[in-house]
Parts: sequence; structure tokens; C-alpha cells
Amino acid sequence: MSSIQTILAQMAEAVSNPASTVSNYRERTGKGAVGCIAPYTPEELVHAAGMLPVGLWGGQVELNKVRATLPPFACSIMQSVKELELNGAYDGLTAVLCPSACDTLKAIGQKWTRKDVPMIPFVHPHNRQLPAARVFLAKEYLSVKKRLEQAAGTAISDEAIQASIAVYNEHRAAMRAFADAAGAHPGQISPKARHLVFKSAFFMRKEEHTALVRELNSLLNALPEESWKGPRVILSGILAEPDCVLDTFADLGIAIAADDLAQESRQSRVDVPDGGDPLERLAAQWQAMYGCSLAYEHQKSRVPMLAEMCQRYHADGVVVAMMKFCDPEEFDYPMIKQAMEAAGIPLLQIEIDQQAQSVEQLRTRLQSFAEILQAR
Amino acid sequence: MAEAVQTTAPSSREMLGYYLNKSYQDAAEGKARGELVCWASSIAPCEFCETMGVHMLYPENHAAAIAAKHGAEEMIQHAEHMGYSVDNCSYARINMAYVDRKHCIAEDMPLPDFVLVCNNICETLIKWYENLAYQLQIPIILIDVPYNYEPEPSEWAIDYIAAQFEHAITQMEEITGKKFDYDRYHEVMQIAAESSYWWTKAMGMASAEPSPLNGFDIFNYMALIVCMRGKTGCRDTFKKLAEELEEKIEKGEAAFKEGEKYRIMWDGIACWPYLSHNYKAMRALGMNMTGSTYPRGWKLDYDKDDIRSMARAYTSVGNNLSLEGQIEMKAEVVRTYNCQGVTYHLNRSCKCMDFLFHEMQTEVARRTGTPYITFDGDQSDPRNFSKAQFETRVQGLAEMMEQRRHQG
Repeated sequence: MSSIQTILAQMAEAVSNPASTVSNYRERTGKGAVGCIAPYTPEELVHAAGMLPVGLWGGQVELNKVRATLPPFACSIMQSVKELELNGAYDGLTAVLCPSACDTLKAIGQKWTRKDVPMIPFVHPHNRQLPAARVFLAKEYLSVKKRLEQAAGTAISDEAIQASIAVYNEHRAAMRAFADAAGAHPGQISPKARHLVFKSAFFMRKEEHTALVRELNSLLNALPEESWKGPRVILSGILAEPDCVLDTFADLGIAIAADDLAQESRQSRVDVPDGGDPLERLAAQWQAMYGCSLAYEHQKSRVPMLAEMCQRYHADGVVVAMMKFCDPEEFDYPMIKQAMEAAGIPLLQIEIDQQAQSVEQLRTRLQSFAEILQAR
Repeated sequence: MAEAVQTTAPSSREMLGYYLNKSYQDAAEGKARGELVCWASSIAPCEFCETMGVHMLYPENHAAAIAAKHGAEEMIQHAEHMGYSVDNCSYARINMAYVDRKHCIAEDMPLPDFVLVCNNICETLIKWYENLAYQLQIPIILIDVPYNYEPEPSEWAIDYIAAQFEHAITQMEEITGKKFDYDRYHEVMQIAAESSYWWTKAMGMASAEPSPLNGFDIFNYMALIVCMRGKTGCRDTFKKLAEELEEKIEKGEAAFKEGEKYRIMWDGIACWPYLSHNYKAMRALGMNMTGSTYPRGWKLDYDKDDIRSMARAYTSVGNNLSLEGQIEMKAEVVRTYNCQGVTYHLNRSCKCMDFLFHEMQTEVARRTGTPYITFDGDQSDPRNFSKAQFETRVQGLAEMMEQRRHQG
């Protein structure tokens, strides 16, 4: 049986060099990889074609070429996605899927320049509760499927999609179990390691990732219960990168009790429900989504959800990892702030810029937050 | 205008002032009598509320008015104190601050009983109105028009929008407690169509040379097409404006008495806190804004008996078009209004416009052979604009246009 460290090392390898992950996959299977731009794409369709869905969530890259085409007030994920595109980093991909969830994503789908890598934009409906929204999204997914088939030169059968949905639902269950196990064993799984487990899911076939995560869960669950002396927080936002951000949490002895990050637990929050037509099932999942700034909800279930998460995961406070220039997240913040103040839950907002080099300001703010939490 | 006792017929400008005031006043008085007030986004389908006699007010217009009266900064700071980011749309920040303060330098708006939003302008509106509904605990009617990433909307998008119109009617019945009046609905659609027709016709007259319309007037008149498209006062004002402009064209009267030296297109929202500065800086160079995308913004032509045609009209609005659609629309404005240059307002509040500028500018310039400049600004946050930069940039544009003129 593997150790926790060997499992994490396998995951780190998949993440560390996406280009070789993609070329290895091609060599091994003869199938290509499809880029899936953050935050939500119907990855199951890519998986059903036998291809490797690769998450495009930006990364640390020097921003040069993008400066000419995107003003500096676009979020750093999309700045780096665009820079990487212009640098040719995505040239080995069979196609790229791009949702249109915010004004920035709409532009990214239109600004695509790589002629050899087809851009497949699509739209998630906002009026999610209407039956017409499900019909619309199923047809969007049908259009995505046709374009994927064209790009890959292979048909995607309904049976294959149904099978992929099952694989993805199993993966989601494993990830939810991991989030619980990691929250219970912060001494074993550092914030950065926790993030790695989530991130590596974007660079592996899900059945392989599920197998690793299940093994990791068994190892963690077999360990004796931990008593953590430092503060425990709920981390909410789009993502918490670069790694130096989470290293700062670790340095200060702050544990991630649970997260509400788009790149992490929001990915596995809701299963694809049972039903008939596979595309309608995938569309129904979007209808069932909740607690995300990009999924329209005038009741804003995210606000009470964060308070409930504090209780359920025995967290001392909430840290909002604010992706700079992300309108959807920034609009949720005042409502979260109001509710947390009313509930007496300590809240800290930290700024996320994927290109950040220094964490000194973050360290100071986190440190005083940790002291407040410890003093309670 | 029964109560306006005058010996001569009022001018379109007088009508504009009168009707705008009246829309705020009627809403305030109506609210006091217990009538319903709805806040709506500027190109949302007003037809449903108008049919049911609901008073409609427009936060975007209200925020612009506050900014034009130099009251934006204190509202914006209030919103930032509430937790809104300095990077959020300044209209939204002003409006959320207004919800908290309920008072401002401009006309006060009664708070809404429900809100109506359509994202054919941007996705940011969805979050803004989601917050309004949440904060005020009121119903929200959302007309979600999926972004047209292809040149034409898909048939399934049209089906989805049409279904939402039907749902909106049901919501209207629940909110008002009255049956939806389809006869009145048809009348309102007729009025809205006529308003759109006269708005487009009047604004289209800026294509005459010299232009009888001072381009910055578009920003002023726009308030009425935003706020009262479903009312006869709007239609009548633009009909009157069209007549006035027609007369000027016949007489060969230019908006600029000293003559218009350059005709330009302005892309983007006005810089409301600096409207007068921008106008003077451009006029000093003999530059009239004859082209803008606003005339087309409310050109909502649709078949009244076909809900799908109405869906198509509301989704085919400027910012909701694909990049290619937007490029061609802007190139068409340059050609129709015979513009010799373009100013692009890199509006710090408006990501959906800004993020396509690079491709848009290059391609519009290539297709039309016109030079362009970009300046940094904001629709209502006065902190994001520099007078010196604006002046230098428009001066640069004038020089480029002059050079082209000499090159023939």
C-alpha cells in the first residue's frame, strides 16, 4: 500500500508539467487532450470521447504579450490563460472549451487566436430554475458535443457519456470524502497538499484520480483523531494560488477546515442527477448547483452556507480569497460581510493575484487574524 | 403635457426635461399611494411593467445623473465602506449606496417593490440585481439572454428567452395580483416600437453634413429612451426632435455654428462627471461626435404578435453581440455617420466593453481606414479620469485626422 507521501508525489507529477502530462496521455492512449477553461465545463463529454480533460486555471507566468490585448484590470486567471495561449502553451490541445459565465470569460472566448486549436464557447443559463433553462443547456451541450466530435474526429455515444457521468459522480463522492478527511487531519495534509489533491484532478483521467483519492482517504481515515491547536478556517472564493498563499497559512498554523473554492469543493458539490438523456442530466446538474457566485441565486445560499460550514467543520472563521477583479465574487462579498458580522463569525478578505511574488502583506494580515481567532 | 401652459409648442429639449422629471415624480407619488415601483436595467423589456401600470425607474440613469451632478464620489465611498470593491461597476456602487442611504444629490428614487433585469448589456447587471433582490428581500424578474458567441443567436437561445417572457408575465401577475392585460400589452408594444422608431430616426439625422445634432446631446436625450420607452411622451419627444433636426437640415444649420471640422465616433458610455469638460475639449478642436452606438441600442424592432421576434430583438443588442458582430456594427456607424476618427473610452467600470477593445479597434480601423485613440475614464467614478490625458489624446486624434485629410 502506498503512503500518503507517494500518492501526493504522483499527483504533483501530473500537475508539475502539463505539457508532458498531455503528451504522455497521447502516447499511452492515442487520444488527445481538451482544455477546459475555469470554472465549469461539461468535462464528461471530453472524457466520453476518450480524451483527457485538462483544467485551464491560469498559473504563474510572466505577463508580457497579454498586456497588448487585455487591460490590467482583468482577473489574473484570465490574464495568464491569455498569456499562455499567446505563448503557444495550448497548441498541443485538440480543442478548448470556454464557458461564458462572466464578462471576462465572454471576451476570452471571442479573443482566441490559435487557429489550430478550435475554441468551443458555450453559455450556462442564469434563469436556472426554469425547465426551459435545462432544455437550453442540453442543446448548448449538444452543440459542444458536435464540435468536440469534429475536433477529435470521433463520435461520442450516449452510452459513453452515461458511463463518464458515473465516473465523474464517483470522483465527486471521493473528493467530498477527501475534503472531510483532510479537514479532520490537518497535521497530515497541509493546506498546500490539500490544494494539490484538488488541482491534480484537472490533469488526470478521473477514474485514475478517484483511485488515488480513495487510497488517500483510507490512509487518512485509519489514522487516530487529531487535535489541532491552531485556528481552523473555511476558505471561500475562486482559488487560493499561488502556493505561497497556502504556505503562509501553514506557516502560521492555520488549518483549512473546509473550502468553498471554485477550483476545489465547488467542483464536486453537486452530482449529476439520475435521469434519461445524458445531456439533460448534465444540464440538470447546473440547475442543482448552489452556493457559487457564478450560479445565479437571488437567495444567495452561499451566505448562510458559509455560516453553516463553520459549525459543521468546527471552523473559527471564514477567509474570503478574493480573486482580484472578479466581479461575481466581489459582488457577493458585501453580503457575506454583513451576514458574518451579524452572526459574529470572524471574517478576513485576502487578495488573490496568481502572479503575486510577495506574501508579506498577506502574512501580516493573516497573522493578526489568527491571533483574533486564537483569542476567542 | 396638459398642465404646461405655453403659447408656443414646447421644444424637444423642454419635453425631455418635463417627462424625465415627471417619471421620477409619478413614481414617488405612486409609491406614496401604494402603487408598485420597479427598478430595471436600461435595455430590459419594459413592456411587461408598463402594461400593468407599474412605475419604472432606472438605476443606471439615476447613477449617471448623480455623477453628472458631481455627487458620485461620496456615494462610491459609502459603497466601498459597505464592502464593494473599488473595481466594481461605479453605477452599481452608487446604486447600492443609494439603497443604504435612500438619499442623493439628484432626484430621489423610491425603493423598488421588485426589480427587472436583462443581461443584454453585461453579466455584471445580474450580480448587481441579485444583490438588490437579496438586500431588499424583494422579487426579481430576470430575462437571461445568453451571450451570442456566434454571429446569430441560436434557435434554442430564442426558445429559452421566449419562455422567460412567458414566465415574466406569470411573475407580473403574481406580483401585481392582477391578470395580465394582453390588449394593453399590444398597445404598449406599439408605443415602444414607435418610440424606438423616432429615437433611431432622430439620432440618425446626425449623418447629415454638417450634423444638425450636437453629439453630446445624444447622452442627454438618451435618458428618455432608457426611462420611458413604453410611454407616449417618449415617442412624442423624439418625433419633435426629428422635426426640429429636419428643419435644421433643410436650412443647412449646423450644431456647431463655427462649423464642424471633424466628425468622430465615440465608443462607450459618457464620462458623466466630466461631460462638460469632454464636450468643450472636443469642440475646441472642432470635433463633433456624430457617431455612437446608442442610436442602435434601442432599435428594438420586433413583430408584436411573435414572442420569438421580441426575444431576437432583446438578445441582439450591442454588447451581447459576438466580437465580429460588434466590429461590423461599429464600422457601420463610422461609415453611416461619415466619421473620420474614433475615440474609445476605456471605461474602468465596463469590463465587457473594454476587454474586446484591442481586437475591435484594430479591425474597425482596418475596415474603415480611420484613426483612433483610447482614453482612460469611468462612467461615474471621477477618480479614474485625467483631464490632461483626455486633452492630449483628442488633440492627437485631431492631428491624425488632419494628416489623413491632407493625404487625401
